[in-house]
Formats: sequence, C-alpha cells, structure tokens
Amino acid sequence: MHITLTHYLLVSAALFSFGVFAVISKRNAIIVLMGIELILNSANINFLAFSRFGNLNMEGQMAAIFVIILAAAEAAIALAIVLNIFKRFNTVNVDEVSTLKD
Amino acid sequence: MEIKFLHIGILTWITFLPVLGMIVVLLLPKEQKQAIRWTSLAFTILQVILAVVIFQNFDRTLAGINSKEGMQFVEQYRWIDIKSTSWIGRIAIDYFVGIDGISVPMVLLTALISCIAVISSFSIEKSIKGYFALLLLLDTGMMGVFVALDFFLFYVFWEIMLLPMYFLIGVWGGPRREYAAIKFFIYTLLGSVLMLLAMLALYFSVTIKDGNEVIHTFNMLAMMNPENFVHGSLLEGVGTSWRYVAYIALFIGFAIKVPAFPFHTWLPDAHVEAPTAISVILAGVLLKMGTYGLMRIAFPIFPDAAIHYLYPLAFIGFINIIYGAYCAMAQKDFKKLIAYSSVSHMGIVLLGMAAMNTQGMMGAMFQMFNHGTITAMLFLIVGVIYDRAHTRGLDDFGGLMNKMPKYSGIMMIAFFAALGLPGLSGFISEAFSFLGAFQTFKWLTIASAFGIILTAAYMLWTLQRVFLGTLPEKWNNLTDINGREMAMLVPLAVIVIILGIYPSPVLDLMNSSANALVDFVKNSAGIAMLGQ
Amino acid sequence: MHSLLTLSLAILLLPLFSFVLLIFFGKKFYEKSGHVGTAILGIDFLLTFYVAIQKLTDTTNEVFSYSFTWVDFHSTIPLKLDLGIMLDNVGAVMLMVVLLVSFLVHLFSLGYMKGDVRYSKYYAYLGIFTFSMLGIVLTNNFFLMYMFWELVGLSSYLLIGHWYEKKSAADAGKKAFITNRVGDFGFFIGIMILWFNYSSLSFDHIYSSIAHGILPFGSSGWLTAAGIFIFCGAVGKSAQFPLHVWLPDAMEGPTPVSALIHAATMVAAGVYLVVRTFPMLTADALMIIAYIGAVTAFISATIAIAQYDIKKILAYSTISQLGYMVMGLGVGSYSAGFMHLVTHAAFKAGLFLASGSIIHAMHHALHHVNDHHTDAQDIRFMGGLRKKMPITFWTMIVFTLAISGVPLTSGFLSKDAILAGTLAYNHFTGQTLIPLIGFFVAGLTAFYMFRMIFIVFFGEHHDAHRLEHVHESPRTMTIPLITFAAVSFFAFYSFNPFSAGDGWFFQKTAVPESVVPQAVRAASAEAFGEELHHQHYLAMGLSLTMAALGILTAMLFYYWKKFSADKVVAAVPRLFTFLNNKWYFDELYQKTAVNGTIGIAKLLAWFDAKIIDGIVNGAAWLTRLVAVISGKFDHIVVDGIVNFTAYFTGFFGLVFRRIQTGKVQTYIIFALVGAMVLFYVYR
Repeated sequence: MHITLTHYLLVSAALFSFGVFAVISKRNAIIVLMGIELILNSANINFLAFSRFGNLNMEGQMAAIFVIILAAAEAAIALAIVLNIFKRFNTVNVDEVSTLKD
Repeated sequence: MEIKFLHIGILTWITFLPVLGMIVVLLLPKEQKQAIRWTSLAFTILQVILAVVIFQNFDRTLAGINSKEGMQFVEQYRWIDIKSTSWIGRIAIDYFVGIDGISVPMVLLTALISCIAVISSFSIEKSIKGYFALLLLLDTGMMGVFVALDFFLFYVFWEIMLLPMYFLIGVWGGPRREYAAIKFFIYTLLGSVLMLLAMLALYFSVTIKDGNEVIHTFNMLAMMNPENFVHGSLLEGVGTSWRYVAYIALFIGFAIKVPAFPFHTWLPDAHVEAPTAISVILAGVLLKMGTYGLMRIAFPIFPDAAIHYLYPLAFIGFINIIYGAYCAMAQKDFKKLIAYSSVSHMGIVLLGMAAMNTQGMMGAMFQMFNHGTITAMLFLIVGVIYDRAHTRGLDDFGGLMNKMPKYSGIMMIAFFAALGLPGLSGFISEAFSFLGAFQTFKWLTIASAFGIILTAAYMLWTLQRVFLGTLPEKWNNLTDINGREMAMLVPLAVIVIILGIYPSPVLDLMNSSANALVDFVKNSAGIAMLGQ
Repeated sequence: MHSLLTLSLAILLLPLFSFVLLIFFGKKFYEKSGHVGTAILGIDFLLTFYVAIQKLTDTTNEVFSYSFTWVDFHSTIPLKLDLGIMLDNVGAVMLMVVLLVSFLVHLFSLGYMKGDVRYSKYYAYLGIFTFSMLGIVLTNNFFLMYMFWELVGLSSYLLIGHWYEKKSAADAGKKAFITNRVGDFGFFIGIMILWFNYSSLSFDHIYSSIAHGILPFGSSGWLTAAGIFIFCGAVGKSAQFPLHVWLPDAMEGPTPVSALIHAATMVAAGVYLVVRTFPMLTADALMIIAYIGAVTAFISATIAIAQYDIKKILAYSTISQLGYMVMGLGVGSYSAGFMHLVTHAAFKAGLFLASGSIIHAMHHALHHVNDHHTDAQDIRFMGGLRKKMPITFWTMIVFTLAISGVPLTSGFLSKDAILAGTLAYNHFTGQTLIPLIGFFVAGLTAFYMFRMIFIVFFGEHHDAHRLEHVHESPRTMTIPLITFAAVSFFAFYSFNPFSAGDGWFFQKTAVPESVVPQAVRAASAEAFGEELHHQHYLAMGLSLTMAALGILTAMLFYYWKKFSADKVVAAVPRLFTFLNNKWYFDELYQKTAVNGTIGIAKLLAWFDAKIIDGIVNGAAWLTRLVAVISGKFDHIVVDGIVNFTAYFTGFFGLVFRRIQTGKVQTYIIFALVGAMVLFYVYR
C-alpha cells in the first residue's frame, strides 16, 4: 500500500482528537498534560509530513525539533504548576481549581 | 584669542564651574553647613578669577557682533545631530559660545554679582544645601545666556535659569513667596514662548552649508546674514510684516525680562518676596538679560524692524523712566522702592539703545553694568537692615546714620550713585545715554531727562526717612555692619567710584562692539530701505 | 602743561586730599581734624596766592589750558570727550576768592564748631566742597563743569544737613538739592544741545564754532535757547527767581557754611557760569538774564525788610545781591557783574561770619541764663551788643557800608558800575524797568541792612542779665572778620575810590569778544563802554542818593525812633504778612510742585497696583476660571463618558460572567467551537 500525505494527516488528526478529548474530559491534571503532549505531537507529524511531501528540505524537521524542545520545557513548567496546585489545593482535579472564575 | 585649561575653553569653564560646584555641594552631607557655604564661595571666586583672566586677555579692537572671527574665546562643537527625521530634515545644533564687547561686561558682572550673592547668602539657615545648589545652577544659567552664540543654546540657558529662580523665590522667600514665584515664572515663560516661536520661525528660514549639505541652523551669526535666508521662507526679505511680527515677539520676550512697561509688575513682587541674595541677582543680572537679548539677537537679526520700531522703543524707555520714578516715590516698602527705581533705570538703557548711535549704545551698555553694581548695593543695603530689624517699612526707621556710621557711608555712595551724582559710575552712563538719545529723539529725551529730578527727589526722601532724623527707641540695639557685609559691599562701592572717575576700563571693552552694532544695524537697515 | 597750570592742579587736588584724609582717619584725628583741614587749606591758599599773583601780573593775559581725552568713542565720525582745566584772569581771581573765603571759614570754624558731634566730618565736607568749587573755577568744558556743579550741590546738601537730627535741617538739605536739580535739568538740556551740534563740550571749541557761524540746529533761536537752558543751572545754583526758595532754608546749616557756600562761593558759581558762557549769549538771552536778575533782586530785597531772623535777612540780601550780579551780566556790564561777585564774596562772607559770631555769643549767654526757648538768631532779642562785641560790631559796620554802596568801600565800586551799566542798557534797548529796579533795590538794601545793624547793636538789650554774659568771640573767629573787613576797602580793586573802570580789576577781566552772529548780538563792548562813561556820574549820583535815603530812613525808624515801625506794619498788615511770608513762594511750591508730584506718584502707584497689576492678576484669574470650567467639563462630560463606558462594560460583564465557569476545560471547548466556527465561516 502506498502511503500518501492523507495517511499521515489522518493519523495526526486522530492523535489530535485523542489529545483534545483528554484535555477536555479528563479531571486529572496530569492526564490533561498528557493530552497536550498528544496535540503537540500531532502537530509534529504534520510538520514532518508536509516537509516530506512539500519539498521543503529540512525546515519541517527543524520545526519539529523546536516543538519537541518546547514541549519538554512546557512539560517541566506545567508539572511544576501541577505540583504547586497540589500543594495549594491538595488535589490535581482541575474542576476543583476554578479560582480563575473569581 | 583662545585660552584653554585641560583642553576645555575658558568660556566653558566659567559657565560650568558653578555646576561642578553644585555637584560638590550635593555630595556634601547637609549638616556640614560651613563646608557647603565655603565650597560655593570657592567656586564663585574661581569664576571671578576666570572673569579677570578674560578681562585681561580680551582684545579690545575686535568687534564681534556678526562675525565669528570677531568673537573671542570661541568654542564650537556639534552638540545635537539627528540625521533621519525625514519631515524636518537634519537637525544639527552646535554648542557655540564666544564673547564680544556686548557680552564681556555682562560676563564680568555675572561673575562678580554671583560671588557677592553667595557671600550675602551666608545668613541663610533654611535647608542650605538645596539653596546653594540652586544658586549655583542659576549662576550657570545666567553665564550661559551671556556666552551662547547659538540661539538654541541661548534658549536652553534662558530656561535653565528660570527653574532655580522659581524655587529660590518660592521656597526661601517672604510671606507671599508662592504668589511672587508663580507670577515670575509664568510671566517669564510667556516671554519664552514668544521667543521660542520667533526662534523656530528663524530656524526654518535660515540655512547654512555644513560640508556639502545645506542644513537649517540656530546659529545666531548666520541669522544675521540676509543671504542665509531661504528664498520664499517666512522671514526672508526685508521689512516684511512677518519680520516685524517676529521682532515684536522677540521684543516682548525680552521686554518682560527688562522689565519694560507694561510688563513690569512681576518685578516688585518678586523683589519684595525674594531673599536678599536673589534680589541682588535678579536686579543685578537677570534684568540685563532682557536688554542684552535685544542687543545680541533682536537688533542684528532684524535690523529693519529694529530701525522701524526705534521710536516705540524709546517711548517705552521714556515711560519706564518717568513712570518708574513716580511709582518709586509712592512706595512705603524699601525693597519695592528700589524695585521701581530699577524699572526707571532700565528705562535709561532702553532709551540709550533706541538712540542707535555710539554714545547712546555705549551709555546703554555701561548703564547695564552700572545698574548691576549700584542696584546690587542698594538691595544688599536693604538686606542688611532687614536682617537686623525684620522690617522694610520706610517709615519705621530714622536716624540710622548715627547708629551705623560705616553702613551709612556705603549707603550714601549707593544712593548718590543711583541718583546719578557725577563722580560715581551711574552718572556717566546716564549722561551718555541721554546725550546719545538727544541726537535721535530731541523732545522725548528732554522729557525723559526730567526723570533725574524725580530720582533725586525719591532717593533723598528715602535717605532722609531712613537715615536722618532721630533714631526710634526700638532700634537702639542695632549694630553696624560686620566684616562679611563689608566684604560684599565694599568691592561694589570701589567699582562704582573708580568707574565714576575713570570709566575707560569698561568703556574700552565695549567700544568696538558698540560701534560695530550701530553701524551694522544702520547699514543693514539702510540697504533694506533702499531696496524697497 | 604750564607750570602755573600744574600748580593749579595741585591747588585743585589738595582739598580733595583733605577730604579723603578726614573721612577715613577722622576718628583718629578727632580733636585735631580741624587743624589738619585748616593747615591743608592754608598751604592751598598760599599756593593760590602765588598762582594768582603770577597770573595777574603777567601782561600777556595768556590763557593756559590743558585737555586730555577722557572717553574716546572711536566711532566713524570722530567723537571724543575731552576734559581739562584752564587758567585765565577770571579764573585766577575766582581761585583767590574761593580759597581766601574757604581758608578763613576753616579758621573761623575752629572756634565756632568746637565740640561738635561730627567735627571731623564737618571738615571733611568742607574739603570736598572746596575741591568741587575749585573744579568749577578751573574747568575748561561744560561736562566737567556739570560734574563739579553737582558735586558742590552734594557738599552743600551734606553741610546744610550737618545737624540732620533736626528735621528742618534734613528737609532744607533735601530741598536745596532737589531745587538745584531742577536747574541742573535745564543745564543738562543745554549741554545736550551743545553736544548734538558741536560733538564737543569744551568752551573753546564751541565758541570758535559759533564764531564761524555754526549755530545750534542752524538757527540763532536755538543759540538763545541753549544759552537760556545753561543759565537754568545758574538760576538753581545762584538762587535766582523762581528757584530762589532753597537758599533761605539752607541757613539751617552751620553759620560758617552759610558764609562759605551760601553767600560767597557756591551761590556765586551760577554767576561764574554766566561769566563763562558770556561770549555765546545772544541779546535775547541776555535780556532774559537781566530781567531774571532784576526780579530776583527786587523780590528778595522786599522780603528782607520784613524778616527777624538775622540769618534769613542775610540770606535774602544774598539772593538780592546775586540778582544784582546776574542783572549786571545781563545788561552787559561783564566786569562789573564779576567784580560784584568778588567784592560781595568778601563782605557777605564777613557778614555771615559776624552774624555767626553774634549767634555764638547769644547761644553762650542764653545757655548761661538757662534759657532754651529764646531763638538765638532772632534780632528782636538782641540789641545793645555794640559795647560787648566791639570787633564784631566794627567789622560788621564795614560790611554793611560796603553792601549799601557807600563810597570808599569795594561794594560801592562794583554796585555803581552795575548801575551805570543798567543806565547804558536802557540807552541801547529802552528797558527802563531794569535801572528803575536797580536803583530802587539799592535804596532798599541800605535800608534793611541798617535796620538790622541798629536793632542788633544799638538800643537796649531787653534782658540786662543776659547781656552780662555776652562776650566777644575768640581770636580764631575775629581774625577772619578783620581780614574780610580789610578786603572790603576800595584800594584792593581800584585806586580811584569813585570809579572801578580804571582799576586793575577791569583791565584784567575785560569783557570777552562775543561770538554770536552780528544780528543777535547785544551792543558792542566799545559802544557800551562809551555809554558807560556818559552815564557814570549820573549813576553815581543816583546810587549815592538812594543809599543815603535808605540809611536815613533806617535811622529815622530804628535809631532816632522818629517813626514807629510797628505803626507802619499796623497800617499795611496785609503787605507785611505777605512780605514776612516771603511772598508765599514756599506755600505755592508746596501746593503745586511738591503736592502735585506726590499726588501723581500716588496716582501712578495706584494705577500700577490696581490697573496694570490688576490686568495681570485678572489674566491669571481668567486663566484659573477657564481651568475650573474645563475641570468641571472634564469631570462631568469627559469623565462622564468614560464612566459610562465603564458602567456599560460592567453591565455586559455581568451578563457574560455566566459563561465564565473558571474551568480551563470549558474554555478550551469554547475555543475549539470558536475555531470551528471560524473555520466554517472562512473556509
């Protein structure tokens, strides 16, 4: 079977949907974070796919590496935030952390 | 002629020495009152020494006025250069200083009066650190005005001087100090705005070649040359109405400082409220900046308008003389009386320069110098008595002559110099001003000369009320002047006497420039009138 | 510089040295100040004596002059101010007069001012006065003349106000200075006219220019005007009508000062100025001068009759005699006018010193009897002093004879010459009023002077006890009196006691050549001189008659008491009050000039404070009003809009906060839905 751009995009879209689903529906902050990672990786797949099929040399890969670094940094910060949330509210349930409303 | 120390020209030194002094004063702890006082004095004495060096090395034959070659101790550096403002063009402003015969007496006067003002300020006790810092800044502002040859620089110094003055009156002044300070500030600012407008109009009308590039300039000397005016610009040509408007704007700006009738009412208030030293500076130097500005800027840049408005100028001088004298006569406050006498005496300057001939111009310039020394003495004299008695009411005193003989001796010199007694400097400048003015305005001068009777009347009346008669009981514990007060009054008295007998040391300084100014204005205007 | 001129310079500067010495070291000298001053003046006097003799015996009558450039304007048209001194015969005579009087007054003051509070200052001021007076005498230009002119005014001011604790003395000094300033104002205008036209102020240059036909502003009218303006200075200084009011008040000063300044020298400076400007005076100017002199002589002589203060009598007689001199010069009797200045200086200085001697003695006596209310200068309290003060009495008789114009005295010579001049003037111009006034005043003078003599020295002293304590003054005071009496004899001026015309004085001070154009010139000196000869005997006869009449009347009233003066007064009370109050000149000037000036001053000060400053403050008020209004506008309208916006926003906020759950996930859903919607819309 010949793998075309569409296949990549489908995989990416599925990954994105899972990620979004996780972010929206899960109560646990850790899982929400993992959802974000999925979203980022779906974007990475897109970058690489367009790079491969769009004759864009290595620019897609460059962007992907950039995103990976960014994701790592983001994960570190986000985990730190989650830790702090846990310390403050004694929970990682995002529903209970609604002080933004006030 | 150039004199440099550490590769910096003497004029920069003399102008910015007080700022150095100010920095030192600010670094001193505020408890060290004596140190602050003596530091300020040291810097102003240094300034006087530099002024003497200038006096010694000044070339009396060079005229200056409109030529850079005629200016002495010139320093010119590029100060501000903004290249990329497309809608104005390149802004290039020079730090351009230099002096000629008009400015050199004023430079000497400023150095001298500042030093004396510092001595007189030794009796100030209220937050003296701030006081002396502001005083020194004021000194720089005044000196800068008299050495600047770039209009922008002139304007900057003009404004620099305003701020310390405002605070010195407003903080260290008498009971109505806020009112007086604000009145002074706003009045002067009004003048400054008019001057600024005229300055900008000139800026956009005048261009010079800078290398290969043609740029607008604030250079005063360039503004004096009609060839530098851009064709089709606002102030181009001769005798056009815009030039007259610009001249009047400049004139009002300077007239407020003089102060010429009817812009004079800030003066009595400012004087009455200001502490002694500030009154001395105000009367001794600040008032001269108005007439100096007319000579340095308004006359040579707008010779056509200057000639056109000579009669109004003389008429304002006449009003100042007579009106000031009458107002002085009716005053009951010693300081106010002297403030109005300043109005009267500055009228003589206006009349003398309106004569637009050698004697008149020399008389006016010399009167500026003499009025500086004489009025400074008068204000110091009032200060001495105010320090002791805490009142300035003329009717509160009497018979001080017996109680304070030394003081009274010096007072006599000052009073008689002010009423124009021959043998004292005031007479010579008044006589020259009148002799010159008579050549141009016969009847107006005769009417103005009537002022000498009025001056004698109010001066002698004051002298009688304060010094003659019998001493009221309450002043029995007054003491005669001390060494510090002698130190500030005696030098002035000596100058007044020496210049009264032999005025040439100062007259020679300004002679060439006075002639050149008169010739330049007359010739330019003459060509202008022919061209029309 | 000629050696005599160098000496003159030394003569000029010595009194200045005395002034400087005494003003700075007066405290150290204190008691000795008088001796220091007198010694310096003595040396100065000897020098002058030498110079004057040398100059006057020199047959060439050369004028020595030296000028230097004081201020050079270096302008395109040559313009410089030369100052300098000169010595001619008139100057030499005047030098002699000034220094003789000054020296004797210095001497006299040793006794008179002894123990005074400001003894050293007094002598210092006498020094500066002498210096300035000598300056007037020696100058060769109007500028220096004007400078010294004001300086004598200053020293006069200081000396009149010597006892400044007394308000009247301080007032008198001020009045003198200001009145003189009024005259100097005119003088200065004259100087301006001359400077305008000749660019020089030296006598020589101006006179030679006029002689070459260069008139001020090209008209002889202006030449007359220039002369009159300069004469204004003389009117002030020589106390001529209408500026004569200061001189009687000036008697508030110490009496020797009155003798020196207000009788002999400074007041004569005005006459000297006319002498100096004589060549450039036109016929019209001279006529005005003559009339001013005549009117002054008349007014003050009438006032002198009705005065009781001995110094006031002498003051008015001084004014009257100054009027004579001015009138003499005005009619063209140049030498006679000047000679009257000289002779008058001697006998009037003597009269003042003699009166000083009397006042001194009276003070002394009053002090002894513990009387502090009686006025020591009022002649009604004197009387019978002849026996007690013989030297004062006899010298005073000499002076009085001289001033009355009795033969063998100097006064006769000069007065007679002036009167002959008025007759000659009448002949040429038909101005009959001038000789009429001249002769009438001569009679009046004799009358009031002898009235004073008889009241003071004859009759009974009305308090015998007090008379006991009246003594003759000390020798320092009598020697000057005797000296002045000696020089009041004719022989010093002319060997012919009946005519001054043949004496050395007239020879040496011959009238200078007039430089004014022929058309406006007065009668030529030759024609005038010839007419003078014709009129000489008539004048002598008339003046002798008048003097005799005057003396006789005085004797009838006050010696033989044939008539009672009180009855005459009672007969014409209004006239007497009018004369006694000096024609109400002081009141008139007080009401008009003084009150007018102060009124204008008050009005203008009010105008300044209320109107001009009112406009300024009004502008400030207006600005503040605008500020308040715009503040209100800002607060209500502009800020209102802002607040409304905020309120509006807040309202919407309330609505929208419903959807703000505070849950991140809800927001993400909104974001996603929003993104999808946007996708759909912009697909």
